Amino acid sequence: MHTTEDLIPQEACCTQYNIAVSFIQQLNEYGLIDIVTVEEKTFLHSGQLNDLEKFIRLHYDLDINMEGIDAIAHLLTKVRSLQGEITNLKARLQVFSIDE
Amino acid sequence: MEFIDYYKILGLDKNASQDDIKKAYRKLARKHHPDLNPNDKEAHKKFQQINEANEVLSDPAKRKKYDQYGKDWQHADEFEKAKQHQQGRGYTAGGDFGSSGFGGGNFSSGDFSSGDFSDFFNTMFGGTAGGDSKGRRQAQFKGQDFNADMTITLREAYTTHKRTFTINDKNVRITVPAGIAEGQTIKLKGYGAPGVNGGPAGDLYITFHIEEDAIFKRLGDDLYTTVDLDLYTAVLGGEKMIDTINGKVKLKINPETQNGTKTRLKGKGFPVYKEEGKSGDLFVTWNIKIPTGLTEKQKALFREISQS
Repeated sequence: MHTTEDLIPQEACCTQYNIAVSFIQQLNEYGLIDIVTVEEKTFLHSGQLNDLEKFIRLHYDLDINMEGIDAIAHLLTKVRSLQGEITNLKARLQVFSIDE
Repeated sequence: MEFIDYYKILGLDKNASQDDIKKAYRKLARKHHPDLNPNDKEAHKKFQQINEANEVLSDPAKRKKYDQYGKDWQHADEFEKAKQHQQGRGYTAGGDFGSSGFGGGNFSSGDFSSGDFSDFFNTMFGGTAGGDSKGRRQAQFKGQDFNADMTITLREAYTTHKRTFTINDKNVRITVPAGIAEGQTIKLKGYGAPGVNGGPAGDLYITFHIEEDAIFKRLGDDLYTTVDLDLYTAVLGGEKMIDTINGKVKLKINPETQNGTKTRLKGKGFPVYKEEGKSGDLFVTWNIKIPTGLTEKQKALFREISQS
């Protein structure tokens, strides 16, 4: 749940990470980062910084374009969901093993 | 400490151009980067090796030193000192020539710090790492996030309790909320590595592992247990005292209870994480024990029952 208290100006992010405004805008267009506009100023929620840093690394360090980042983000969501399912199934197996 | 063949790690030969190195690094990094392999410690380790190889081979000065000393790297500093000493003789006294270190640079990925480099690297290059090729090296970055694992028993996970541990010489005291699940991660903001170029410190992620319990199995917020029940109580009904995770409970046994029957004890399971007063259920599976060592008289009675 985001609150207005944890908003970080987009400009501050760009300065902090030395990235172009267009990069954040593109991430927003692809639905990877949410941008909030308050009184004509754009902000990011601080909870998204980890994701933003990850996308910066993927783009600048690994040379992955925006389409690639978008595909990776979807696949990572699936990977995490499957990892959670495996953990859950392992727990279920334990329950069944007691009945054997 | 062993010699590390950085060329082999990147799959290159010694004549590789800077372009070849960059391509090989990017190709392998895309495969093993921790961002692309969540919770994969092997990939993380492999990426550190690739990263270190790139750090040395993509920097002409480091590569030169590495190529020059190769497997004799352990004597690199001695060679350097001797060389400086010789050169110094021909110049003004006290000349400080070509320090062999590689100072200044900060590693910029935000994922790794010099602490992630091998002993070999730290010995040869003094534990300093350069920036990347996109000119972002002066950018401020949040420090590296640390990951740690903590194993607790099922009974410890049942109650909210405090834990103290040391990470990077810092004592950390945390509260583990009741109901924490296997694989669940708690984030401690600012307990990671210091930030780069004045950026904020990274975070510490603690992943919890719950040890198996001999009596209770957990599935979500519910607990499962199997309790032995003697044949006579199963047939005639009665009462049975059983252990729950937080004490004993007396249960009414219905007559003619079948083997494998489950009884549900509402609210006697595991506490729901961060939802005070809410708990899952306890499922008791009855394991009916057939009496052994029967007397002739008892056997006769069973025969009589079977024929009635």
